[in-house]
Amino acid sequence: MKRKCDHCEKPATHHSVEIIKGQKIEKHLCDTHASQEGLAIKTAHTPINELLTNFVKLHSGAATTTTEVSCDHCGLTFAEFREHSLMGCPNCYTAFKGPLSPLVERAQEGGTHHIGKVPHRVHGQESEVRQQKLLALRKRMGDAVTNEDYELAARLRDEVRRFEEDAS
Amino acid sequence: MSLRELTEHAGEWLRGAGPHNEVVISSRIRLARNLAGYSFVNRATPRMQQEVLDRCRETITKQDMGDEVLWVELKNCPEVDRQLLVERHLISRNHAVVDKVPRAVAIGAQETFSIMVNEEDQLRIQVLRSGMQLGSAFDQVNRIDDALESKLDFAFSQQWGYLTACPTNVGTGIRVSVMLHLPALQLTGEIDKVRRAARDMHLAVRGLFGEGSEALGDLFQISNQTTLGRGEEEILADFERTIVPQIIAYETQARQALIKQRSSQLDDKIWRAWGLLTHARTMSTEEVLQLLSHLRLGVNLGRIDTVDIPTINDLFLSTQPAHLQKLTGSEMDQAARREARAKLIRRKLNRS
Repeated sequence: MKRKCDHCEKPATHHSVEIIKGQKIEKHLCDTHASQEGLAIKTAHTPINELLTNFVKLHSGAATTTTEVSCDHCGLTFAEFREHSLMGCPNCYTAFKGPLSPLVERAQEGGTHHIGKVPHRVHGQESEVRQQKLLALRKRMGDAVTNEDYELAARLRDEVRRFEEDAS
Repeated sequence: MSLRELTEHAGEWLRGAGPHNEVVISSRIRLARNLAGYSFVNRATPRMQQEVLDRCRETITKQDMGDEVLWVELKNCPEVDRQLLVERHLISRNHAVVDKVPRAVAIGAQETFSIMVNEEDQLRIQVLRSGMQLGSAFDQVNRIDDALESKLDFAFSQQWGYLTACPTNVGTGIRVSVMLHLPALQLTGEIDKVRRAARDMHLAVRGLFGEGSEALGDLFQISNQTTLGRGEEEILADFERTIVPQIIAYETQARQALIKQRSSQLDDKIWRAWGLLTHARTMSTEEVLQLLSHLRLGVNLGRIDTVDIPTINDLFLSTQPAHLQKLTGSEMDQAARREARAKLIRRKLNRS
């Protein structure tokens, strides 16, 4: 189940648990409210020892803190992924890259990078940026329809179409 | 073309004509693909799932897939038809489940390929061939992939390759498998060695109907599990040069050992199978598969010539529950099916 933002109806993409004066405070916020609350920037001030612990945990494949990670496109949390073994969208591979890499490496006989067929239409980094953009556009389009903002939805649909035509 | 026409003949993969068909029943290659810019099936909204289905249908039915295509939307399919497609290996068991996801399958008229839409991945393209024909199966699946890719953008990343819902398929998205008939290894108790060796080589060993199914009729599906960090050709070469030839050699040795050291017991098994199949009045699916397996072994070793391999292969399929009901044209309970099954077998084996 997708968790909603504490302040609005959007899916929560930032999750945090803080202990302040012995009180446990959980926060689940969408992108907008997270940046308003300064949560999104907070990571920039992470003390160096915490950085190190995170680094060690990441490389040992432990998922104690990483279960809090969620995909900023589809909202899937890493814990949900671990439960069902299914990614939610192409962007999950980017969002979960840290905790996912050791798991994949183990499952794939040490394989970490793709070798083999590449679609003709793919031209390096550029196409990945394009795929991300397309994913974001379609999501906004879906949201617009849900919010019954059909004018915006139509505009976004045209944008998606232009985007796809440019590619072919 | 319709589903009804499908039931009237066995699929290409069951002709039993391909190379090494005395051991290799069929070769199968499957590619997993998803469209760029959409969530995967399990997390997409119903609208998005439908949009993906529509785009895939548009492309599959308009592009040249190398054969006439039958498009089947599974929610419009009666249960018995969905089961029929599973028995013919044209869809997975998961794909036959009716839920809210709009699912479809495109089937090539010769039944050499099928494309599942909105399975675990949005596209599961598979090619099936009889006998050991992995090379030509790969060429065909690659051509279909190219034809789809000329119109559809696939989710792909430089590092991870083709992006799939489950990371165990990520990279090439390829699953190479062969269906092997290994009765002698089973009879001599050597089969566990093969299982262990396969596991050490990171191969999956499954039964007749894939994941979670038992090895009924001494039929084993062996497939690769690694999809990231190894190219398609490399995986294919492993099967063609090492894995399959070695298992064929083991099975052949075991067959020769049976003839040399246990010939009367071997013949007893084969002729008992013949006796039961031609005279029994009720038959379960499990029993039929086991008896057909021994009969097939007998024909391949020249110990019995009352029947040919195509007839046996045909019976492997036509005695399955959905096929049986399609052939008799009525739905039946288990007891009725067992009678109809025994009758069908007697008719097909006693026709001379």
